[in-house]
Amino acid sequence: MKQKMVVVGNGMAGARAVEEVLARGGADKFDIVMFGAEPYGNYNRILLSNILSGASDPADIFMNPLDWYVDNDIVLHAGHKVTSIDRAARSVTSDKGQREPYDVLLIATGSRAFIPPIPGLHDGDTLRPGVFGFRTIDDCNEIAATAKISAKAAVIGGGLLGLEAARGLLNHGAEVHVVHLGGHLMDVQLDTQGGAMLAREMEKMGVTIHLAKSTTHARLNDDGSIAGLEFKDGTSIDCDMIVVSAGIRPNAEVGRDCGLTVERAIVVDNHMRSIDDPRVYVVGECAQHRGQVYGLVAPLWDQAKVFADHVTQTNLAAQYHGSKLATKLKVMGVELASMGITEPEHPTDELIQFTEPSKGIYKKLIVRDGRLVGGILMGDISKAAYLMQAFDRDTALPDERLSLLFDIGAPAQAITIDEMPDDTQVCNCNGVSKGAIGACVLAGAKSATTVMKATRAGMGCGSCKKLVGEVVDFFCGGAAEVDPSIHYYVPTVPLKKPELVAAVKEQGLRSVSSVFRVLGGGIEDPIAKPALASLLATVWADEYDDERDARFINDRVHGNVQKDGRFSVVPEMAGGVCTPAELMRIAKVAVKYDVPLVKVTGGQRIDLVGIAKDDLPAVWQELDMPAGSAWGKSYRTCKSCIGDAHCRFGLGDSMGLAGKIEKRFRGIDAPGKLKLATAGCPRNCSEAMVKDVGAVAIGDQRWEIYIGGAAGAHVRKGDLLCTVTGEDEVIAISGRFMQFYRENAKWKERTYDFVPRIGVDEIRAIVIDDRDSMAASLDANMQSSVEAAYDPWKEATKLKTANQFANLIPVSA
Amino acid sequence: MSDHVIGAIDQIPVGEGRNFQVAETRMAIFRTHAGEIFATQPDCPHLAGPLADGLMGGAVIVCPLHDRHFDLRTGDGPDCRLVTYPVRVDGTGVMSVSLP
Repeated sequence: MKQKMVVVGNGMAGARAVEEVLARGGADKFDIVMFGAEPYGNYNRILLSNILSGASDPADIFMNPLDWYVDNDIVLHAGHKVTSIDRAARSVTSDKGQREPYDVLLIATGSRAFIPPIPGLHDGDTLRPGVFGFRTIDDCNEIAATAKISAKAAVIGGGLLGLEAARGLLNHGAEVHVVHLGGHLMDVQLDTQGGAMLAREMEKMGVTIHLAKSTTHARLNDDGSIAGLEFKDGTSIDCDMIVVSAGIRPNAEVGRDCGLTVERAIVVDNHMRSIDDPRVYVVGECAQHRGQVYGLVAPLWDQAKVFADHVTQTNLAAQYHGSKLATKLKVMGVELASMGITEPEHPTDELIQFTEPSKGIYKKLIVRDGRLVGGILMGDISKAAYLMQAFDRDTALPDERLSLLFDIGAPAQAITIDEMPDDTQVCNCNGVSKGAIGACVLAGAKSATTVMKATRAGMGCGSCKKLVGEVVDFFCGGAAEVDPSIHYYVPTVPLKKPELVAAVKEQGLRSVSSVFRVLGGGIEDPIAKPALASLLATVWADEYDDERDARFINDRVHGNVQKDGRFSVVPEMAGGVCTPAELMRIAKVAVKYDVPLVKVTGGQRIDLVGIAKDDLPAVWQELDMPAGSAWGKSYRTCKSCIGDAHCRFGLGDSMGLAGKIEKRFRGIDAPGKLKLATAGCPRNCSEAMVKDVGAVAIGDQRWEIYIGGAAGAHVRKGDLLCTVTGEDEVIAISGRFMQFYRENAKWKERTYDFVPRIGVDEIRAIVIDDRDSMAASLDANMQSSVEAAYDPWKEATKLKTANQFANLIPVSA
Repeated sequence: MSDHVIGAIDQIPVGEGRNFQVAETRMAIFRTHAGEIFATQPDCPHLAGPLADGLMGGAVIVCPLHDRHFDLRTGDGPDCRLVTYPVRVDGTGVMSVSLP
């Protein structure tokens, strides 16, 4: 004989608790009836701001659509608010008169927006028109409708939800003001400095922040509509709508009315059971456990498990011991993670801090007795997963404190999936562990997409999607099924790169528009255009039909676009060498055109930053130097040391070789940038060992060739491809490797990803040993590209397109 | 509303945009491969990127600075919106625009 379980509340807590019950075979033990005050299935409240901003449709955030209730034989009374619980009769009754008896009752009524008693916000018992809470889909819909006609919106409360509301409001065109009582934003998660940095980022996006403002009342127009807010310090702002996000209040009244102990919320024991009635359980934001009421989702997952273990008698000893609060989130595009305390509390607490305000990066850790007790990461949260785990489990930290904040010279993913414990949380938004993903794969889901659908991993903020994919792949033994389009060279043309190259050659497709027309179903994908242009230029060399609209702006006007829309001009300067006359011409141009910045680049060249588009042709002519190709996915530069002509340690003419390399390969398109260097000895002053291609002199005319090096975000020493004799051979082998890269790399795949992907041994077999008899054709293809290359700055006098360099075309009246 | 003649469509290469000064208004005008033209505000509402320098795909423009996509027909963008102007081209290839 089945018992009857009644669940009051159909939010994330109630639904999750029922899922956990079902997962323990609860359908055989209980008939389940749920009451939800909202007329919907349950949805992911974390994503409400996406609804407000318009980034998601309400349908996207439903976790359990109405079908789910039907499929699991759950009776749902949607739109019914439970108004009374009769514990003596063991029944509940809704506002619409629906009565249900129970054997076991779960209260999961959650919480509601707290509206402070500020005069003017209310009109009688209800909120005044133009004043909103921010808690439900209905709130979102009403806010969005009002924001469209609002000129100026104020958000009261600068906590997480308030900032999310502000972000959503921005999209509706209103001017947005955030009014916060505290001295800095998000006081629960951030300290003063972090709050100030966040405020700066938000102001950049157009939100005005008012700190330390206590609102005394809302100012009204004669017709009773909102006119503004007045503050205690005598200041005020005008606004025509108000969103209140000043915290939440547990919906505990229904518990109090039936005689349960309620302090801040309904008091529960370690089994999530009311301390007054063994038949009544409480989970979520309406539950108070050991004095704590939690407003985040992570504790909810743990509470739901304990409840389900206990109520189904799967594990009667299951206990909840409270949660340590750590959260990872994205506020207005700023990624941040916060855990534990925000300021040191004891004199012996260790404070580890790093800030880089120009990049919006802030990292702060508080360590007590070698263990993490608090932390804030902002702007760069690459270490968040590791730190949050160390915080949650109270594990000892490594003595090398610096490594807590940065990955230095090592790949970011330090822990492999193999080493990751089963209970490691992969998706924090939806509380999905590595083990849960494994179980889902075992149950038959063989692709990231199906696992995500089944477990909802990756369906919250989405930041863990890549990791979810990797974990799925791990459990599938590396054979996860994947969306085929990720292998296509560009998503809208269903061909991998070799197939695409073959089709392009076979059908004689010489322009990007013809590829879209013939192979891409006529869909013009703007992002795919430069990728296809690069591929066609590689395939067709001088026969390529260079439709300029397919090129990124840098390749249309041969300069690098800056954040103010002006361009940087870098003349060619092989190996960092120029003549005094060239140097004088550069100086003259810089003065004449009032260039805001003259900068020596990392590639040993001189960059004139901040030239208006209209001035580019004149600047090039007056420089009278070839283009430095400093703007595109192409051969960029070859830097060098001064070599054996002048250096007492020099073993080879690195400077001369750099000049020869540059003259040969300048203007060659590639899937990614190609930055080269030559070094006159293994002291590596020109950093040739960390370049896409680097040649290092070792004496007796011999040179080592390194490929796939990088000195960017991650440092990778290039792989030694071979040792050759003589400069001509350096140029031949480098060219052959670069052609192999041009023909086989994915778009934007730099050599430091390409070389490890293919493997240096495989590359050596093809490029050096000529295992596949490809060397001759690689050399010939590179030769025709070299011959097709031209100096694009010659377009100064011979425009390629109408008004190519016009910034603004005047129209005569 | 006032109508302004902008001149020949050939001032804009196919698949690209150019900025025009029409009376007091600066605007970007785009010409698609399909032969349609569209006019919008010239600067991206995000961080003022030069939209006429962006990549087009059909009636979509991508800002060159941070890759925001906008529908040129409506001005709709991901988290912001462009002002659009009614623009047309006559049988002889002459463009004109209506300003409020």
